[in-house]
Amino acid sequence: MEEILRTLEQQFAITHQNKMRDDLLFVDVKKDQIISLLTYLKDYAGFTHLAFLQAVDRIEDKKFQLTYMLYSFQLKTNLGIRVFIDREKAEMISIDKLWAHAWQYQRELKEMFGIDFPGSPRVDESFVLESWEEMPPMKRDFDTLEYSIKTYYQRPGRSTNDPKKYMKKKLYNNFAKSPDTGRKND
Amino acid sequence: MDKKDMKNIEKEMKLANEGLSEKERTLFSDARPTPVRPLNKYVEKFLNWARAESLWILGYGTGCGAIELRPLMTSRYDMFRYGIAPRPSPRQSSVFIIGGYASLKTIKRIVRSYEQMQGPKFVIALGSCTINGGMYYDSYYTINRINYYIPVDIYVAGCMPRPESLIAGFNKLKENIKAGKCDGMNKYAKNFDWYKANQKKIIKDWNMPDYNW
Ligand code: SF4
Repeated sequence: MEEILRTLEQQFAITHQNKMRDDLLFVDVKKDQIISLLTYLKDYAGFTHLAFLQAVDRIEDKKFQLTYMLYSFQLKTNLGIRVFIDREKAEMISIDKLWAHAWQYQRELKEMFGIDFPGSPRVDESFVLESWEEMPPMKRDFDTLEYSIKTYYQRPGRSTNDPKKYMKKKLYNNFAKSPDTGRKND
Repeated sequence: MDKKDMKNIEKEMKLANEGLSEKERTLFSDARPTPVRPLNKYVEKFLNWARAESLWILGYGTGCGAIELRPLMTSRYDMFRYGIAPRPSPRQSSVFIIGGYASLKTIKRIVRSYEQMQGPKFVIALGSCTINGGMYYDSYYTINRINYYIPVDIYVAGCMPRPESLIAGFNKLKENIKAGKCDGMNKYAKNFDWYKANQKKIIKDWNMPDYNW
């Protein structure tokens, strides 16, 4: 693993590394190197399995973070490749030539986050949403509560209990008073 | 009123079936549902008793609450002793259990299955999600109040309700049927335009006939 990391550092512009566990680490890479990096990892380093491809909306930095999670059966190690792409013109290189099943992830990302993958098969078809006309719903500037109130009829009289306070009021009052626990009501 | 007027009114009463293509339109009925008037008091009472004692439920689990139907069917809770049996097809069933949250995609199928069921038909809505959205009240894709889209006879509250409460719900439904209080089907027929408007407000790609039977 050390060796692979060294190669990655030497050959690709890796901006950041983060080791979470012995078998889980993340590296950040520039957008234009992703294909060469993934090809290297897949064909030479034994990371043959693409476990998932997902996105996080980093709205504060005006970026989408894409994570390509790879797994190596020889090293029994997960390696996450993170790429930050521009949020406004969200576009990414399609990797369906490397892993054929990636088109499904990319189609979902297109629908949920609006990230385009030019050339990916069937990327414009809807994935789970039917007849969706708003902006992609997983973007964090989409206000789901407001949309829900506007679209689906709310039943009035809904109330919320803070579970902690509620349980305290319900249970721990008696619990604290009982002599054999010796506990104060906290 | 002369004949021409009658014809015009009849034409207006027909459903437009705008979601279908020209060719498909000829294949589907364009009649509206009509309310059914109850029969003679004693006959109706007997029929209601018979209806209440053989509830056949449509095996269509729409949300997480549907998982509670399995223990209900098997020997632990054994719903067969109440005369309740699951059926595979909407044509054969008389009770529709909405098993929890309904997403936009599901509500389309729910409406379609509900309309395909033959009357008299009853709806049990399971779980808080069907009542006010439950914990999905702020979700972008789940509806909040099921009774805006199809009429509901009994709500069973809880997240999720255990089979015991479902049985209680069934017993309450039986009571109501015997008392002649469950005429959701007539309610649906009478307020058909209102229900349709609500359904079409959220289902934007309406590509099925307006009344599916
Ligand atoms: S009420 Fe609870 S159990 Fe039932 S569908 Fe909603 S979230 Fe699931």
